[in-house]
Amino acid sequence: MNGSLRLPLLILFVLGLVAPFLLYPIFLMKVLCFALFACAYNLLIGYVGLISFGHAAFFGIAAYVTGHAAKVWGLPTELAILAGTLAGAILGLIFGALAIRRQGIYFAMVTLALAQMVYFFCLQVPFTHGEDGIQAIPRGTLLGLLDLNNQLVLYYFVFFVFVIAFAIILRTVNSPFGQILTALRENETRAVSLGYRADLYKLLAFVLSATFSGLAGALITIVFQLAALNNVHWHLSGEVVLMTLLGGMGTVIGPVVGAFVLVAIQNYFAQVGAWSTIIQGAIFVACVLVFRHGIVGEIERWRRRKAKRN
Amino acid sequence: MFEALGIPPQALFGQLLIGLINGAFYAMLSLGLALIFGLLNIINFAHGAQYMMGAFVAWLMLSTLGIGYWPALLLAPLVVGLFGMATERLLLRRLTKLDPIYGLLLTFGLALVIEGIFRQIFGVSGQPYAPPASLKGGYNLGFMFLPQYRAWVIVVSVVICLGTWLVIEKTKLGAYLRAATENPTLVQAFGINVPFMVTATYGFGVALAAFAGVLAAPIYSLNPLMGSHLIIVVFAVVVIGGMGSILGSIITGFALGIIEGLTKVFYPEASNTVIFIIMAIVLLAKPTGLFGRAA
Repeated sequence: MNGSLRLPLLILFVLGLVAPFLLYPIFLMKVLCFALFACAYNLLIGYVGLISFGHAAFFGIAAYVTGHAAKVWGLPTELAILAGTLAGAILGLIFGALAIRRQGIYFAMVTLALAQMVYFFCLQVPFTHGEDGIQAIPRGTLLGLLDLNNQLVLYYFVFFVFVIAFAIILRTVNSPFGQILTALRENETRAVSLGYRADLYKLLAFVLSATFSGLAGALITIVFQLAALNNVHWHLSGEVVLMTLLGGMGTVIGPVVGAFVLVAIQNYFAQVGAWSTIIQGAIFVACVLVFRHGIVGEIERWRRRKAKRN
Repeated sequence: MFEALGIPPQALFGQLLIGLINGAFYAMLSLGLALIFGLLNIINFAHGAQYMMGAFVAWLMLSTLGIGYWPALLLAPLVVGLFGMATERLLLRRLTKLDPIYGLLLTFGLALVIEGIFRQIFGVSGQPYAPPASLKGGYNLGFMFLPQYRAWVIVVSVVICLGTWLVIEKTKLGAYLRAATENPTLVQAFGINVPFMVTATYGFGVALAAFAGVLAAPIYSLNPLMGSHLIIVVFAVVVIGGMGSILGSIITGFALGIIEGLTKVFYPEASNTVIFIIMAIVLLAKPTGLFGRAA
């Protein structure tokens, strides 16, 4: 791991441990779920350079499957989460196999259109209960031991899962596999000429990203005990792009920061009509025009420039 | 024959008409997207919001200034087109040298802002907009009833689409445009004001979306979110057709509208998704799209 990252990560970890005593745990769990979602998304946009506009599909389908498994099938919580995550992975495989046939903006349009198809699927099939969604999903107990209805227990469970998933993503990015992904982003033709099967690596990265997005969707379902249509809506696909962009694409902790800021904004403006949408749009425009490296990206650049001067 | 299929002819032709109308909107919107993409290399995510703006500007003109449908059909696209040109000059121009992805992100943000503002002012419930008095009647064709206004929408959209295509393929202006799409630097060296052409093209594409919005206003109820679903379908249309050809995007637009309408008759459950399914099949068979050129 990059040495300069050790301190910020440690600080974040300690903050995560004490946070439920300082802030409302449900808000924090929402942040953690979206942070995981954004990290999964960042894997694709930040390291492979593929821009997906359909990631809500994985998040949402996992939410529905988790909810259905926990409520209707009566599966224990950990198995329900696993089932949801698996659903995200399978959908990722299907999407990925289709979408990697196109590049750049076409890739964005294809993923958006496929996700819209999933949205209509979820609107129409009976098990999702249409506009009502799956409500009153039981949180259950963890491994039959810990009661997840206790908010603190639930928080530390979500935090634990987040840390594990984050570690796996970090390890992936810094592995030889991650290096190949970066090579594909920088110069695909050259990577192919070196004998790497570009499409296979892209597909793997896509499925990995979809899997972790699914995990995030599964977790949030247990937290809010609800799986509804807004989890598969294109608005959410846009929000995860914004979290990543705002925090810093291709940075390790950027998506976490972006998720925190955006969830905080949503919480604050939830009561005042469409303002949350307007502000999100304005941040998008501002990020693209003057702030392309995001919060963490700009800090990193600033530190690097300072180091160079000294 | 229809009775044998168990489908009343009124339902079949009724859905065909709806499909044709939807197809007209797909064609006009994907035409604008293709034009903008050709010259600016940007996918205009705000296209749906600009379509919605066209409808709302026409409605506002009627409700506050008393300007009727016919003048609004010209004025609203003009207003929204000028707004588009300003957007291009002030915002999009700064992204010229960057990855086209940033154009997509910027216009996405723009779409959120525009829709948010309209939602904040007008709410999400629909506003009615009556068709002009001169087009209120209909024709009885024997097998179905054809409202005059819908016939007008189909005719005018075909004329606009083919007109645009003719201008681009057959006139000197169109030749400049096609040349600038291929090699802007060279065209500029010949003394043609390419930056202005870029602004004008974006303005025209946006005006086309707004024009479609005014046409749509009497058919669908006005709603700040009316463009956002439509634009996603249009993206699928664009992927299916490929953006290499203007005529291709027009034909694909109409054809997919009709297919969608027919699906509503034969298998209504799939009518919302059929275009996306076709997109998936096209991606498997011909990734560049039906009329697209290899990148």
